[in-house]
Amino acid sequence: MEIEKNILNPRIPEGPIDKKWTNFKTYCKLVSPANKENLEIIVVGTGLAGASAAATLGELGYNVKVFCYSDTPRRAHSIAAQGGINAAKNYRNDGDTVYRLFLDTIKGGDYRSREANVFRLAELSNAIIDHCVAQGIPFARDYAGYLDTRSFGGALLARTFYARGQTGQQLLLGAYGALNRQVKRGKVKIYPRHDVLNIVLYNGKARGIIARDLITGEIKRFSAHAVVLATGGYGNVYFYSTNAKNSNGSLIWRAYKKGALFANPCFVQIHPTCIPIHGEYQSKLTLMSESLRNDGRVWVPKDIETAKKLQRGEIKANDIKPEDRDYFLERRYPTYGNLVPRDIASRAVKERCDAGFGVNKTGRAVFLDLSDAIKKLGIEEINRRYLNLFQMYEKITNENPYETPMMIYPGVHYTMGGLWVDYLLMTTIPGLFAIGECNFSDHGANRLGASALMQGLADGYFILPVTIGDYLASMIKEPPLPTDIEEFNNAEKEVIEEIEKLFSTKKTETVDNFHKRLGEIMWNKVGMSRNEKGLKEAIQEIRELREDFWKNVIVPGTMNELNQELEKALRVADFLELAELIAYDALHRKESCGSHFREEYQTIEGECLRDDENFAYVAAWKFNGLDKEPILYKDILEFKEVKVGIRSYK
Amino acid sequence: MDFTLKIWRQKDSKSKGYFETHYVKDIHPDTSFLEMLDILNQKLIKEGKDPIAFDHDCREGICGSCGLFINGRAHGPDEGITTCQLYMRKFKNNDIIVVEPWRAKPFPVIKDLIVDRSALDKILQEGGYISVNAGEAPEANTIPIPPEIVEEAMDAASCIGCGACVATCKNSSAMLFVASKVSHLALLPQGKIEAKKRVKAMLKKMNELGFGHCSNIGACSKECPKNIPTSHITILNKEFIKSFFKLF
Repeated sequence: MEIEKNILNPRIPEGPIDKKWTNFKTYCKLVSPANKENLEIIVVGTGLAGASAAATLGELGYNVKVFCYSDTPRRAHSIAAQGGINAAKNYRNDGDTVYRLFLDTIKGGDYRSREANVFRLAELSNAIIDHCVAQGIPFARDYAGYLDTRSFGGALLARTFYARGQTGQQLLLGAYGALNRQVKRGKVKIYPRHDVLNIVLYNGKARGIIARDLITGEIKRFSAHAVVLATGGYGNVYFYSTNAKNSNGSLIWRAYKKGALFANPCFVQIHPTCIPIHGEYQSKLTLMSESLRNDGRVWVPKDIETAKKLQRGEIKANDIKPEDRDYFLERRYPTYGNLVPRDIASRAVKERCDAGFGVNKTGRAVFLDLSDAIKKLGIEEINRRYLNLFQMYEKITNENPYETPMMIYPGVHYTMGGLWVDYLLMTTIPGLFAIGECNFSDHGANRLGASALMQGLADGYFILPVTIGDYLASMIKEPPLPTDIEEFNNAEKEVIEEIEKLFSTKKTETVDNFHKRLGEIMWNKVGMSRNEKGLKEAIQEIRELREDFWKNVIVPGTMNELNQELEKALRVADFLELAELIAYDALHRKESCGSHFREEYQTIEGECLRDDENFAYVAAWKFNGLDKEPILYKDILEFKEVKVGIRSYK
Repeated sequence: MDFTLKIWRQKDSKSKGYFETHYVKDIHPDTSFLEMLDILNQKLIKEGKDPIAFDHDCREGICGSCGLFINGRAHGPDEGITTCQLYMRKFKNNDIIVVEPWRAKPFPVIKDLIVDRSALDKILQEGGYISVNAGEAPEANTIPIPPEIVEEAMDAASCIGCGACVATCKNSSAMLFVASKVSHLALLPQGKIEAKKRVKAMLKKMNELGFGHCSNIGACSKECPKNIPTSHITILNKEFIKSFFKLF
């Protein structure tokens, strides 16, 4: 990777936008089938990106080792994605094209993503649907047996394919099946219940990992010719998020500390439709799929006195007449209505609640009302579309969503930021690739609904298996790397020293407590609405909290056993560092775009005010030591296809 | 609410396990069962004791990680849920609650309430997939599939691999688990080509791994968090019989 004057080269192929990927494939270096048999690849993570990549690399003939912290690859958090996956099939004849999906995604990301990457994603979307149907994914179908679609935020047409409210589950089980097939063939070996804690560099290239066996506590070494990270996002920095409890940013953070650049860390997606927080014992947030906004209408009372009665529990939603309800998304954004993108919906919900119109006892909730749709479509059709979502809501809240509208509030959901990668999905460390949510590549400052599954599978099934060959072609003469060399010794030593440090504190406060305290700082000062003063305070508070953590955290037991508190402590230790970079990036980006809303930069109507003259770049940060300012590298965004304009959904 | 908990403790797979009694107080009825265990664990950690180990991850009822045997029932006293979706409002104040790991020969205990369910992966590795490489697929709408067939396949495909069916069955049979995959794929045109090979290989592996035989009681389906009906076991049996004949 050439880095000159802190400007990054993303290695985008020549040619017109719709020929770039074809040109890349035509002219990239290839590895012969015989040579593939001699090459080893490590894949970390078994979500949509990791499982699909590992399976496909196995199909191509590479030898793959795949690692996950769960007891089986099928549990990765892609499993929880509900609503669907986008593709530009145009089965509805509603005017969809690859180009339109590309445009919608660029606009959805508020013009902060790379044109060439996004076009490739849109271009591959159709092949993903073809492949998944061939795998036996039971996508919803119409009466004649053809594939059905629905609408998602940020699109005026129906291009989202779905399997009830369990699309992520079905796609992941498809990828997991493909992985199992390669296990049977002997091309893939799975290492479940392993936490990967460090990356090993040899001659400047990524050549191995250090992992902790979560059952025995044993620290193990693995070498390969390339390492692929597919470890997901870092939303759990905020404590309350829709991520799984064990989702973490540890490996991307360790890659960053080894020299990989971290791009746009402040782009964190706050999803508008989570179940509101109901008590301090609560351990996480649960998402209600965006697909509900196809048929659901979001509202609060028009009158503040009515809202106060709701907050005191004196009246119920159904007591409020239709004419007394403020359908504020439809009012503010008549063209897209309830299907505005997530960042916009979230801010609008927050605005109403901040103004005192919240509808539950905490004042931090609005209604998501499907009663009109239930009347129009009938319960059977509603169940076909959303059954598991309705059941899930009822179990958590003890309220019947068929009779009374659901209550929702925004919560942390997804991270658009991640490791910086070039067009080949390689980080600035040669041989270290990042795919899926853990890279920054395709969603700019805001991701559209049903695009995460699309990206994970595009990266895993179709992009990485080709681009990694271009790199590995230069590695065919390298024999397997022994793991008893100095580089492995040092990487292992770093891990063991950190673990030992965790056991040698004064032991006064639990890991969870520190994590909650971090989450509070992040949500209040680096959350949906940010300003210079708050961000500066946050950086200071995070540093103090980090110091406190390393002095006082309690980690019971020892490292040589199954120790879930130790696993958590290692993750929170990394969050305590990553959080500071998020705040730092947010402070530096003196504009509002997508999910990143700086109070100082807004229009009179309270919408984002972008600064294309000064910030039309990807901010990629280089580690420069703890408690020190990171170094900024820029990946300049050039828009040749898209006319960059005001992002309006009105 | 206050509860007395009798919780299975076991240091590792080699040690002998035992029940340990704990008391939790002032638990809000809207606390989930796992959050109640979180509260207990926080207390244990502060007291310098070893917290109770249990598997969990998404806490939304879909990843299949969690699975506790609560008062003699897989996933506890509620229908159509995983343990993470069980709320304390389902219990009465001052209840005594017995918490155990899944009990089944193919699922050895790793620590406390955590068991090894890798046997389920091993069954699926024998053929729980359609053998298509990335890049080979035809256009997605080439083969229409009647929606009622897809819906039935989807019912089966919604299995989360938690193992509640095995833990519930007195024979530790994995029949519902295996059936859900066999049936899902056999119902779809794309899965029919390998159907015979698949059903034989998966059942053979299931038997090898020490899972018991199905005795048609249906307790598995009753405790299945996704309510997968036993009709899929019927489909599995038909597929198994068909696999011996060339005509079908």
